[in-house]
Amino acid sequence: MTAAGILGAAGRGAAGALGAIGGFVGFALASLMWMLRPPFYLRELGQQLIQIGWLSLPVVGMTALFTGGALALQIYAGSARFSAEFAVPSITAIGMVRELGPVLGGLMVAARVASSIAAEVGTMKVSEQIDALRTLAVEPMQYLTVPRIVAATLAMPVLVAVGDAIGILGGYAVGVSRLGFDGPTYLRNTLDFLEFWDIGSGLVKGAVFGFLVALSGCFFGIHSGRGAQGVGEATKSAVVMASILILAANYLLTEAFFSA
Amino acid sequence: MIQGDDLHKAFGTKQVLRGVTFSVAKGESLVVIGGSGTGKSVLLKCLLGLERADRGHVKVAGLNNPRPQILAQKVGMLFQGAALFDSLPVWQNVSFRLMRGPGRLNTAAARDLAVEKLARVGLGADTADLFPAELSGGMQKRVGLARAIAGNPPVLFFDEPTAGLDPIMAAVINALIREIVTELGATAVTITHDMRTVKDVGDTVAMLHEGRFYWQGTATDALHSDDPVMRQFTEGRTEGPIPTLR
Repeated sequence: MTAAGILGAAGRGAAGALGAIGGFVGFALASLMWMLRPPFYLRELGQQLIQIGWLSLPVVGMTALFTGGALALQIYAGSARFSAEFAVPSITAIGMVRELGPVLGGLMVAARVASSIAAEVGTMKVSEQIDALRTLAVEPMQYLTVPRIVAATLAMPVLVAVGDAIGILGGYAVGVSRLGFDGPTYLRNTLDFLEFWDIGSGLVKGAVFGFLVALSGCFFGIHSGRGAQGVGEATKSAVVMASILILAANYLLTEAFFSA
Repeated sequence: MIQGDDLHKAFGTKQVLRGVTFSVAKGESLVVIGGSGTGKSVLLKCLLGLERADRGHVKVAGLNNPRPQILAQKVGMLFQGAALFDSLPVWQNVSFRLMRGPGRLNTAAARDLAVEKLARVGLGADTADLFPAELSGGMQKRVGLARAIAGNPPVLFFDEPTAGLDPIMAAVINALIREIVTELGATAVTITHDMRTVKDVGDTVAMLHEGRFYWQGTATDALHSDDPVMRQFTEGRTEGPIPTLR
């Protein structure tokens, strides 16, 4: 390939990527706008709260439990080098509530929910159900996108809070059973060093991650290509996009909340 | 009642509609025929407002270039695959529009209306609580038809109503469509490539070919036309002016 050809391909790639980013941002803005316009489909919102929130509890809980345990082991191994084992409870708790709870919870929900939303909405598109909605005087953005985004944004902080608690419990179980900590002392050290904003920042992150997960699922579902391959591609793209956005947003939020 | 004037529509470099002009009088049933990929469904989407024509003008039930949400109260649509909502039971599919928006029916009234419409298309009340995945293709079409007529709209659109059905079930659906269109006094546009549907459902026929209405006339004339394009299509010949590789 000639230099001009390579440049041309790179330019087309960059233009395509910019167009895709613009489309995604435009979709996000449109979703926010539709959130403010009646009618509000509360029944659909309730169903999505169950689907996204309640039914994600097991996967988020299991993730948090094992992560909390592993975190306690790692912090113990590291802090033992400086004879600072006493810090295991507080650092485990801070690590869970500030970072691992929201991020791993977000990634697990991305895998479970973004894929599910993209597959469902994509199938609705290829089977003309979205066109049918419009011919029945229902705006798909209001009926499909808004309830899912609102439900995910509301449910994720709750999932993160539950995940935080279970993660700390995982650390406690490992700390007491494997590392020789006294139970009440472990809990006191955990609670004494945790500040409100440690927990609050994680919950805010959870809300942002929930928004991004549902947004990705809806965007790729509504823009799904034809047939099984189109829906499969939409599902994959939704999970990849949601995961990347969660990690990028996590860095930006951490910078905003905790940078000196 | 339904008018299309010089409708043009392209997707990228592919020009699908190249100036479709027609009108359907109140109470008339027009059947649009044409080969696969000739733009029949695109034309229907332009009439419904689901696609905006690049050029030209649409008028349906007195509304100019209407958006689908505005048109919804005056139009019923049967989609090719019925497009029933998987997550809702049959009766909620049928009463979907009537349970939402201003003047919506309460649950009991919506269910009663759904059962009544299901009966009209030959389905028993026991079907009402089933989900679409539990229905055969023919039953799904009937439910789609019941949904289309739920609000007694003055305009009905049918997209390939017999696609995927066996000949007997296709004849049943055609007969139902004809009866219902006559009963409601509705104006109807049906997209099909099934000649049985042309005969059973159409008062008039239009042949979409090369992006335009190549031929328009009565259903009887369509089936006996000497035009080479019409003859090739209605008789299903592989040789003739219509390319077989599209």
